Amino acid sequence: MGVPRPPDGTLTLSLINISKQFGPVAALRGVDFAVTPGEIHALLGENGAGKSTLMHVAFGMTAPDAGRIQVGGRDVVLRSPRDARYHGIGMVHQHFTSIAELTVRENIALAAGRLQVGEVLRGLDLDPEALAGDLSVALRQRLEIAKALATGARVLLLDEPSAVLAPAEVEDLLSRVKAFVRAGGAAALITHKLGEVFAAADRVTVLRQGAVTLRAGISEVTRDSLVTAMIGGPPPGREQGAPSRATAMRSTAAVHLGTVPIHAGELIGIAAIEGQGHRELLRRVVREHDAVAFIPEDRTTEGMIPEMSLAENIALGRDEDSRWTRGPWIMWSAVREHSRGLMQSFRIQATSSDAPAASLSGGNQQRLVLARALESEPPPRVLVAENPTRGLDIRSTSEIHDRLRRAARSGIAVLAYSSDLDEVLELADRVLVVREGRVVEAPPGADRRVVGNLLLGIPGSEAVR
Amino acid sequence: MKTLPVRATATAGLALLAGFAVLAIVLHLAGYDALLAIGALFRGAFGSTDAFVSATLVRAVPLIILGLGIALAFRAGALNIGAEGQLYAGAIAATWIGLQVGSWPAPLAVAAVWSGAAVAGAMWIVLPVLLRLRFGVLEVISTLLLNFAAEAAVSYAVTGPLRESSGTYPQSDPIAASARLPVLPGSRLHLGIAAAVVLAIVLWVLFSRTVWGFRLRAAGLGPRAAEISGRIPVKRVLGVALLWSGALAGLGGGVEVSGVTYSLFQNLSPGYGFAAIAVALLARLHPIGVVVSGVLFGALEAGAQGMQREAGVPAVAVAVAEAVVIIAVLLAEAAARRSPSRQPATPVAPG
Repeated sequence: MGVPRPPDGTLTLSLINISKQFGPVAALRGVDFAVTPGEIHALLGENGAGKSTLMHVAFGMTAPDAGRIQVGGRDVVLRSPRDARYHGIGMVHQHFTSIAELTVRENIALAAGRLQVGEVLRGLDLDPEALAGDLSVALRQRLEIAKALATGARVLLLDEPSAVLAPAEVEDLLSRVKAFVRAGGAAALITHKLGEVFAAADRVTVLRQGAVTLRAGISEVTRDSLVTAMIGGPPPGREQGAPSRATAMRSTAAVHLGTVPIHAGELIGIAAIEGQGHRELLRRVVREHDAVAFIPEDRTTEGMIPEMSLAENIALGRDEDSRWTRGPWIMWSAVREHSRGLMQSFRIQATSSDAPAASLSGGNQQRLVLARALESEPPPRVLVAENPTRGLDIRSTSEIHDRLRRAARSGIAVLAYSSDLDEVLELADRVLVVREGRVVEAPPGADRRVVGNLLLGIPGSEAVR
Repeated sequence: MKTLPVRATATAGLALLAGFAVLAIVLHLAGYDALLAIGALFRGAFGSTDAFVSATLVRAVPLIILGLGIALAFRAGALNIGAEGQLYAGAIAATWIGLQVGSWPAPLAVAAVWSGAAVAGAMWIVLPVLLRLRFGVLEVISTLLLNFAAEAAVSYAVTGPLRESSGTYPQSDPIAASARLPVLPGSRLHLGIAAAVVLAIVLWVLFSRTVWGFRLRAAGLGPRAAEISGRIPVKRVLGVALLWSGALAGLGGGVEVSGVTYSLFQNLSPGYGFAAIAVALLARLHPIGVVVSGVLFGALEAGAQGMQREAGVPAVAVAVAEAVVIIAVLLAEAAARRSPSRQPATPVAPG
């Protein structure tokens, strides 16, 4: 049984006319998607467009309702990831799947199902005896890819592999994927970042509401045409206003990040690679000052309580608000009323203010957290946001950006950290880089290369006057 | 948190049915007449006004009070498995105080017995609280282990300092008449039932209407979010919840001594502290639900005695039904968490 691999070791994976229904929702509607040797095929789409479902079908994690899957030109049935691996398909998941307590070598051996993994380790630039848990995020990501390749994968499915990486690390990742396809491999790349698509992909497919809206070679598309295909309309425009620093009160600092003063009305972008101490610095600002609103990175464990209702989450951290608290009592009717107002003004879509927060989509959850942060009484002087658009689609992202800009314009000192450097550069008036717990300011107008060097501490980069 | 949801009530009903079904099967396999036995169980619990009032409701009192204490801890995310031990600590204190207050007016004597019992129950959980907050020792283990210590303490008390003056049996002298609770005329049902219901209502109001209750629930449902976004001192909330939980269990012991046994002896509780965990879980930690499930479990305990009398089935057999109920409720909750009860995600953000 199974498919004998072609002698040259190259494989084409074809998903033909795939449909999948989840309850009332058509997740995929007759989608064709093929990954051919020597090519990186980017898969784009908003949250919920069906990208992940399609990848799960390709990796045997979800059975399609209709359609065929071919590997090397023959029909196959993938009942499980094990079947997919058998047919030479490997997947790199969004979350890490390595075992922290095992070494790099052991993790690879575990994935490969054999002890001799020297050939996989070669060229990997990873210490085979290092514990996976001790690796940096970028190196763990590299280990994930190595594990997929160790199973003999000739087709690699990458689900947002760059979400947690710094620019230089993304380049390294993409160059490794490119080397893989040059050697005859085939790769599918899910990403939200259009820059990566143009940097690496040979071909691009866009999904919207479970159907293909665009399929083209990379030379035939533009940023705008991709965005239009993704959201089914023109790209959301950036709301222009007077630059906030014009109105900023420059006299006294609202707060300091490290030693750098931050003034009311400024929109500060913070760039840092994982583990450089930026999170500790930001959270110290939150802890040590009054009237600081906070949007934590992980909304479902830190930002809100999924089992509680929307209204209860609005009251979280604001249970001494005189609008609904009288002594020891909370007037939930007042909280609900306030919540309904926020649902209107922040476009939080939910069945009611009593709906569990878990039932909201990611974008609506983030709007909830943002609404709570901004609409406190008295209003915050400082807003600290960690990765405020993580996992959100283009439309929600652009809306959150607008809200942050508006908050700054209203006189709030906004500190926004993002692991996506492009987002930092797009959003911020001033860019601060945190490296090894120290804060340095990027020169005005610095581009991503300059800031990228600062991030990695490359000598000379700070000398830009 | 406003009313008992229909779905939870239906689940609880199904869990009870499953419990009885398994009990019947086990009894049948063990060679008993299952129908007769279960019939006897129902007669023992609901067969007459007397059975219901003097057997079922009397047993429901400690189950409700302890169940409320357990629900309070569980809501805060702290697993107090030591209600049995805290009940005994409360019973020891209640007995000692009850022996001293012969000359006091009855309301004062009862108040002294009850508050002493509550304080003793809270003291019995102080060590687990400190271990948890200082060293992260799981309260599941420490509270459980202290159950055995409490039982040993009761053995020591009734063979030593609190032994009856005649010295015949390992039990205490009966407490002063002024410390005994009034009973419903013609029955054994005592004032404790009113205390149990009032406590349930108080707890319900605390959970649903107050900042204190909101913070407690937040700390239990999402400790990290409570700490980071809610600025709630989660550890303190946890410690306070455990102390009140111990106090309620201790009070349960005090009520049992002042309303039912009037003296201290070993095995004073037929495992109320453990059955009360099932009571709290079956009620999904809802205080009003605890009253209902407390009565149901009181009926099981009462019916078990009837089953033993009429059908010769050992009373412990109802433990089978109780266990099946707990497992069924937990399974139903796990299933509810896994199934997409969340509304379907709209495939695209509507404009």
